[in-house]
Amino acid sequence: MADATAVWAYCVADRMAPEWFSHLAGVGEYPVSVVTGGPLAAAVSVVGLAEYGEQALARHLEDLTWLESTARSHHAVVEAVGAHVPVIPMRLATLYRDRDSLGAMLEARQQDFAEALGRVTARTEWGVKVYAVRPEPAATAAGEDHDADRPGAAYLRRRRSQLDASQHAQRAALAGAEEIHASLGQLAVAAGTRAPQAPQLSGQSDPMILNAVYLVEDGESAAFAEAVQRVASLHEPVRVELTGPWPPYSFAFVAEAAPAARQ
Amino acid sequence: MVTVTAEMPGESMVRPGGQAARSYSGNGGGSRGGDVANLGDILERILDKGLVIAGDIRVNLLDIELLTIKLRLVIASLETAREVGINWWEDDPWLSAKGSDRARLADENRELRARIAELESDDGQRAVEGREAEDREAEDREAGDSRETGRG
Repeated sequence: MADATAVWAYCVADRMAPEWFSHLAGVGEYPVSVVTGGPLAAAVSVVGLAEYGEQALARHLEDLTWLESTARSHHAVVEAVGAHVPVIPMRLATLYRDRDSLGAMLEARQQDFAEALGRVTARTEWGVKVYAVRPEPAATAAGEDHDADRPGAAYLRRRRSQLDASQHAQRAALAGAEEIHASLGQLAVAAGTRAPQAPQLSGQSDPMILNAVYLVEDGESAAFAEAVQRVASLHEPVRVELTGPWPPYSFAFVAEAAPAARQ
Repeated sequence: MVTVTAEMPGESMVRPGGQAARSYSGNGGGSRGGDVANLGDILERILDKGLVIAGDIRVNLLDIELLTIKLRLVIASLETAREVGINWWEDDPWLSAKGSDRARLADENRELRARIAELESDDGQRAVEGREAEDREAEDREAGDSRETGRG
């Protein structure tokens, strides 16, 4: 059993050349190779089941260090392929018994993959995150301290105006984020949102209020980036961050034959 | 092709008052330099998105579900955030004046007002002295209590 292996799939495309990822170590430092099936090719690593079997995976996936290293390796291969051809990234931990089994799946599902590839060809995923910018407490308190003989009342007034300011900023930021999402959506073929990241993950102390993804025609990428800059300057209490280009993770799907279909 | 955040001409991504929008940090190490995508950005894509197609080895979907929920504990403060989009915001003490926090602030305000009224009234000084005396009595009582129950 110690030698048993499985095939870890990174992504699927119409074609692949080994030199695209020969400089990369795959997950767990396993080399990356190509499996073909019908008109399709997949980037894979043959991995040890001891580490990537069902039980081992369940354990490893809970380990953030293992997860990060695996996620980055997976992502690096997907990106390397995506730099050359339209690519359908597989979700993390999609594993096949052997090369033949994966090849057979590619052949059997070639129509589904063709449709999925058609949706993302010549298009790029961009991420846009909007943060609410905290109002400066000092600014709201300025010029209100003239009755120094009643410091307590002045304190309460300051406190109230700070709360008013943050509620006002919150409303303005939320409205701004909605407008930003709506206007950027008009430049995209498809758009979606996901849960905002918590500050410890975003690395930003300002609260994230929009975490959106857009699938944009490659010809429109420059216009999209300009639009991001424009909306960022239009909406005062927010900060806008553009990430990408990403492989089309958020827009890669096939119609799942089995009832186990999930979004 | 490298994924970077905010790879844009610098100035326009800087808000008035000056903080650059690019951020590569803050997710627990693993950074290989400036041009590395944020771990959260990667995880939310390859765990939550990416093509879901049945492999031979069933990575138990239930397990994955649990995992992503656990991750969301890190990633956002969770399912409700996803449903509403921004719910966790309401738990942010900085922005929030809702629910229990609002009640707490109201109490705090009421208390402070009462205290201020005392202090700013003519006999404010006496009120302060009186309160200090009460505090001393309370301390004495507590000291006595802890002596009595101090065995454990």
